[in-house]
Amino acid sequence: MADVALRKVVKRYDDVEAVRGIDLDIADHEFIVLVGPSGCGKSTTLRMIAGLEDISDGDIMIGGDVVNDVPPKDRDIAMVFQNYALYPHMTVAENMSFGLRLKHYPKAEIKARVTEAARLLDITDLIDRKPKQLSGGQRQRVAMGRAIVRNPKVFLFDEPLSNLDAKLRVQMRIEIKKVHQKVRTTTVYVTHDQVEAMTLADRVVVMNKGRIEQIGTPNELYHKPATRFVAGFIGSPAMNFIPCRLEDSGGKLNIRLTDRISFPLPPARAGRYNALPRTDKLLLGVRPEHLTESNAHLEPGVETFDTVLDVTEPMGMETLVYFGLDGTPVCGRVNPNAGAKDGAPMRLAMDLNNMHLLNEETGVVL
Amino acid sequence: MADVVVEHGRVARTASARKRTGLHNALKRKSTVAFFLTLPLILLIALFVLYPALFSIHLATLNKSMQKFVGFGNFTFLFKRETFWMVVKQSCIFAVTAVFFKALIGFIVAHFVHNIPAKGQRKWRGMLLVPWVIPPAMSTLAWLWLFDPSYSAFNYTLSFFGIGPINWLGDAAWARFSVILVNVWYGAPFFLIMYLAALKSVPDQLYEAAAIDGANWWQKIWFITLPMMRNIIAITTLFSLIVTFANFDIVRILTSGGPLDQTQIFATYAFRVGIESNDIPLGASVSLFMVPILAVAAIFILRDVNKRGNES
Amino acid sequence: MSTIAIDKAGPTRKLGSMSRDRTWALRWSYFFLVLFAIFFLTPPLYMVITSLKSSAEISAATNPWWVFHPTLANYVELLTSSQFLRFFWNSTIVSLVVVLVTMLISIPAAFALARMKFWGSTTLATGVFLTYLVPDSLLFIPLFKMLALVQDITGITLLNRWYVLLFVYPTLTVPFCTWIMIGYFASIPKELDEAAIIDGASWLQTLLRIFIPVALPGLIAATIFAFTVSWAQFLYPLVFTTSIDQLVLPVGITTTLIKGDVFNWGQIMTGALLGAAPPLIIYAFLMDYYIAGLTAGATKG
Repeated sequence: MADVALRKVVKRYDDVEAVRGIDLDIADHEFIVLVGPSGCGKSTTLRMIAGLEDISDGDIMIGGDVVNDVPPKDRDIAMVFQNYALYPHMTVAENMSFGLRLKHYPKAEIKARVTEAARLLDITDLIDRKPKQLSGGQRQRVAMGRAIVRNPKVFLFDEPLSNLDAKLRVQMRIEIKKVHQKVRTTTVYVTHDQVEAMTLADRVVVMNKGRIEQIGTPNELYHKPATRFVAGFIGSPAMNFIPCRLEDSGGKLNIRLTDRISFPLPPARAGRYNALPRTDKLLLGVRPEHLTESNAHLEPGVETFDTVLDVTEPMGMETLVYFGLDGTPVCGRVNPNAGAKDGAPMRLAMDLNNMHLLNEETGVVL
Repeated sequence: MADVVVEHGRVARTASARKRTGLHNALKRKSTVAFFLTLPLILLIALFVLYPALFSIHLATLNKSMQKFVGFGNFTFLFKRETFWMVVKQSCIFAVTAVFFKALIGFIVAHFVHNIPAKGQRKWRGMLLVPWVIPPAMSTLAWLWLFDPSYSAFNYTLSFFGIGPINWLGDAAWARFSVILVNVWYGAPFFLIMYLAALKSVPDQLYEAAAIDGANWWQKIWFITLPMMRNIIAITTLFSLIVTFANFDIVRILTSGGPLDQTQIFATYAFRVGIESNDIPLGASVSLFMVPILAVAAIFILRDVNKRGNES
Repeated sequence: MSTIAIDKAGPTRKLGSMSRDRTWALRWSYFFLVLFAIFFLTPPLYMVITSLKSSAEISAATNPWWVFHPTLANYVELLTSSQFLRFFWNSTIVSLVVVLVTMLISIPAAFALARMKFWGSTTLATGVFLTYLVPDSLLFIPLFKMLALVQDITGITLLNRWYVLLFVYPTLTVPFCTWIMIGYFASIPKELDEAAIIDGASWLQTLLRIFIPVALPGLIAATIFAFTVSWAQFLYPLVFTTSIDQLVLPVGITTTLIKGDVFNWGQIMTGALLGAAPPLIIYAFLMDYYIAGLTAGATKG
């Protein structure tokens, strides 16, 4: 087991920079998830840690040693691939033990490790089957088993659940978490699915265009996103961004969304935003769950407004409502009993205590 | 080895300040390994294909005893020979006709095989591919016997219909027909297999969609099957064109080019001139005349194969 | 037609007419398939028929399509003839060695070309394909002269020796085998060798323990191809070997059994049949690999 550190790591392909200087410290036993849209450089970063890609610049350290020039087999890592990459001509046991056999481990120890890993992953019955005879979820377990028997310093997962159907994905997610709680190996996990990232990670690294946008615990990312990208990427349905500007009105700071709609900011927020120039083009970031139906009893900082709904989507436990504010599409989440109907007027409440204010040009959350 | 240098340069540029000896070695190892893995292949091609090909150009410029340089002498000599022009004509007729009928029969039979229930297809396919599996020198002997002047089993059968006896290999026109027939017999199964594989790769939904659009079987072939198979048809045809054009075994065993050189094609003529008459330079010159036609076909194949590779 | 059927009796009748159409299409298909099968199988069957006849029956000019007095005399005679067995032995040893040499050259080269991108690798792959298109009838004359020169210079006898074929046959087998092995290797997912690298496998171990087992069907197809081509090759042995004890089967049968004008057709057909047997037997047992190899040649490697 070991910590992993990346120092100004860069990956260039000819003229294109896929990874543009990444700094990351991963503690021992930590479960880190790299998340971002496709092409953000997350997989490249993982493959550089694995040693499958050369790094163009910077340093990668595993357990305090610089491993830039160390070939993958000497880095003491194990990797689980998206398409499992099981050797089709070997049985489950042979697949799991291949690495150990190459290193000429004693037969008894190989057997012990494979048995133990199979027990941990609940695949003892499948040990003599070929990958072809296994379901997707079982293959995934074998791929993890292959990683576990090696007892490496670091586990690397490259989108391991993407090939599974939705139900199995949830199940395997829990499985991976359980395994990590048992073996406690430092883990770097790459995914494009923010739900996977949030549910699995000790800390999430959000990447975009070859850079790290933000590193933080799932809660930090959700409640205190640093940039518009993170705010929009984490959470589903995504956060609404409504163009707005700040106004002074009778000694109070107001936020104006449309000609018609303008709200006073709650005192805590007003204090924070007071210094901003009133001319700046700003965006109000508000999550759908903070746009609900209005009721008689309103908390301080919750403001109401009237709108006409475009479309409603009943989800069962809630109903998503879509409407426009000066042409900006906005989504809200209301109680299914609130009487939301397609094309009908509705009074909604916006919780400004949970609002975010962003600079439209830089995308920075203020 | 040049790749090592290239890799060095790139690494050195990107990591100027730091030592990268390990990676250096890794890269060096990788391309060195690759070089040694391909070395036997390169040597084989260079020594036994590339060198003889160039050597043949050199040979073609010598006189019969290979003592004197005669430049284009052999070629101008060939141009004046009527036999040579017959060979050119016959080779082209032979290749084009044979390939056309191979392709046609292959296409038709592939459809019939494709039509019948899937479980029987294997058996039929297995039977119909037999001509392609038998070494052509062996099967041509059977044809030679079937065409025998006095004991021809074909003539025996035809005599019941009041036809014949046909002088299969003695009469120039029939000899050409026979040579082409045997070639079609030998080559059509190859087309059959290629077309069958291509037919199976056409998704059924396309035919179902066409049926709903009101297409009859002919329209289905014309608007769906042929366009979907266009590439494989082109590759197979061009490939067969090369093989047929350069064919030796069938003509050699069946007629040896006779009667009176009327079935002689490039390969057999080159053998006759170069080996049997011991005029190696002239034989080399004859072979070289195949090159332009083969090269054109090869270029088109390469283009189509690349296209096919990019599609899949 | 089907619309009328619907009007009269509803969907069941419609199904009936559709299946009637299909039945007829099927009957026609079978009819033509039988016709073509007769065309394709007549020569080999005629070989079998003739091989079972005595010379007397052949010269008696009875119905050539029937054997009235079947005899195995031709087979016995050939299989006890030391000359014929010599041809068979020469063919066997040449084909087996060529298969081995081909695999030893093709597999490593295909592995390097499919997986290690190095300077000139695409050019080399294209070159391999082009070499595969070079026919034997283009090279036999310069090869003949070249081998004669080598023989003169080194003093090693090459011409008129069966082992000279071991040098020239690979030019016909290696390019195709390399080409289809590149295709098979390239179809192995990249992650599989990455997994092997992480498991600690070297290049050689990846090739031997992952690539070769996974691409085994391709390997079998390539092996079959190399064997059939070597076994069937006619032009090169005809040019390079002349002494009877150095001949391989195809040349041996065509040059020694056809004696002047006195054709001993029973024996020729028996010889041809025995010569065709090894490829036919391999084909009968490994048909699917044979066909896979055949179709793989037309795809990009």
